[in-house]
Amino acid sequence: MQERHVAGMMELPERQFGFQTRALHAGARPEPETGARAVPIFQTSSYVFEDPESAAAYFNLQEYGNTYSRIMNPTVAAFEERIANLEVGAGAVAFASGLAAQSSTFFTLLSAGDHVVASRALYGGSITQLKHLFKKLSVELTFVDPDDPNEWHQATTERTRLFFGETIGNPGGNVMDIEQIAKVAHDHSIPLVMDNTFATPYLCRPIEWGADIVIHSATKFLGGHGTSIGGVVIDSGDFDWSNGKFAVIAEPSDAYHGLSFHETFGMYGFLMKLRSETLRDLGGCMSPFNAFLFLQGMETLPLRMDRHVSNALEIATWLEARSDVVSVSHPAIHYRENAGLLEKYLPKGAGAVFCFELHGGRSAGQNFIRNVQLFSHLANVGDAKSLIIHPASTTHRQLSDDELQAAGIAPGTVRLSVGIEDVEDLQWDLEQAFARSN
Amino acid sequence: MPEATKYQDPATIQRVLHTGRSIAIVGLSANTLRASHFVGYYAQRHGYQIIPVNPREEQVLGEESFNSLTAVGDTVDIVNVFRDPAAVPAIAKEAVAVGAKALWLQFGVISDEGAAIAADAGLDVIMDRCLKVEHARYIGRMHWLGLNTEVVTARRPVRR
Ligand SMILES: Cc1ncc(COP(=O)(O)O)c(C=O)c1O
Repeated sequence: MQERHVAGMMELPERQFGFQTRALHAGARPEPETGARAVPIFQTSSYVFEDPESAAAYFNLQEYGNTYSRIMNPTVAAFEERIANLEVGAGAVAFASGLAAQSSTFFTLLSAGDHVVASRALYGGSITQLKHLFKKLSVELTFVDPDDPNEWHQATTERTRLFFGETIGNPGGNVMDIEQIAKVAHDHSIPLVMDNTFATPYLCRPIEWGADIVIHSATKFLGGHGTSIGGVVIDSGDFDWSNGKFAVIAEPSDAYHGLSFHETFGMYGFLMKLRSETLRDLGGCMSPFNAFLFLQGMETLPLRMDRHVSNALEIATWLEARSDVVSVSHPAIHYRENAGLLEKYLPKGAGAVFCFELHGGRSAGQNFIRNVQLFSHLANVGDAKSLIIHPASTTHRQLSDDELQAAGIAPGTVRLSVGIEDVEDLQWDLEQAFARSN
Repeated sequence: MPEATKYQDPATIQRVLHTGRSIAIVGLSANTLRASHFVGYYAQRHGYQIIPVNPREEQVLGEESFNSLTAVGDTVDIVNVFRDPAAVPAIAKEAVAVGAKALWLQFGVISDEGAAIAADAGLDVIMDRCLKVEHARYIGRMHWLGLNTEVVTARRPVRR
């Protein structure tokens, strides 16, 4: 008995490893059967049970065991543990996309008649999801100025169940004062949910500032290769779901034969509910192959991010000095008067996605994009390659003019996601595009 | 992750799990949906001897239930508590009296007084941690659920 235990002993590291070390190693222990060092791609839909008792124990959640890959998969789990570790969370659940991660979080926490307070400056798809999809499910919504804690407080009602914002807004570049907004949320006994896609845990870890749940579109910087769509939800494990507002987690669940996720799983209650009910029922799981590709990407996350942010800052500063540019919305420029905010939340750099506005409105924006040669014209961000798009006619097309303005987008706005190429080559490309467009 | 306190030391947790054989679960319920039953079922599956301590039950998980720790008779290595924090000091005194080696207080069972009684008598004390979760973290398969075990190692696990 004792010997068996000692043989399987997995010790905590004797040292608190740094971020790059964990980006390479966390979640990816060598495979016990074969010794494979890379995380194997467990491309299987299902798993053979040892015996009927084990099968029952897995389905009853009495024992940790693989059942079916819609709910769990060892390759996906390695990705989940790695991002949970980097975001200093209790755990994570991966999804087929960033929007699947978001909708599943909202589904888990909200019921008809509940209310959400969200930042006005979100990714267009997130605004649409909240405004139209969740409205259909009778969830009420108030958009607020992300920079004004008082607006968040004022908008909160008895039925408000969560706050939602982005660390760095897409694409306006506003940076949320996470600590302040988390305080307001906690004063109302509700969680702050942060989309940390644009910052990545290398630049900012919202949980360290009081956020309760962090969501990523892994499609972007976590992967970095632009090959795969994926998303993930990380829970801090700190929020008290038994505070009276979250019967969905604290009370016995009809969808899981009367189990109370909070009582049974404590700090893992939300994550267990998210996986064994919402992921099970909505079904938007991440494929093992995509998880494998995200794991490869995350190994170099710190290296890439350093290059992304330095290239982006250099391009933004260079653009700002040009007379053919109306304005540049890079956070370092946007918050020049309030540099303390960036120093606090983004000391390593303020991301690599920002906008600039051209004279001449919509047609000037579209014309400029026609003329670039190295920037790829596509609807994504966070690729190691530089990307360009005209938000008003693409990613933010569903938004009204007022909503566009609120999100910091003008008709002549062009969005860049600055990659890790030689920065001189990126400047050359933009320079020649300016010359051809004039 | 919530901050670890002095009663949540990883080395102590691992030592207790690796050296303990019998676990007296105070407040073990026969209701399969209760957290105590989850922990008892799991620990029994993993080879520990489970000793139910609950005057309201006759038998749980196929084992005779005792009215109190002092009524057990057999060797108790770990006393695992699922009770109101106010009941902990008395349980800690009994744990000391029966010669237990560790007092393990589950999630939310927080009693500095009870913890001090056991610690002063030389018992290992673990507080506000789940025995099932900690076992799964170091010995079991918690990483299969995407939970952050905080285990970072390049060593090949020995097959179990
Ligand atoms: C900030 C942000 N959040 C969420 C999403 C949605 O992610 P996905 O496309 O992986 O569903 C995106 C995608 O563009 C995004 O930029």
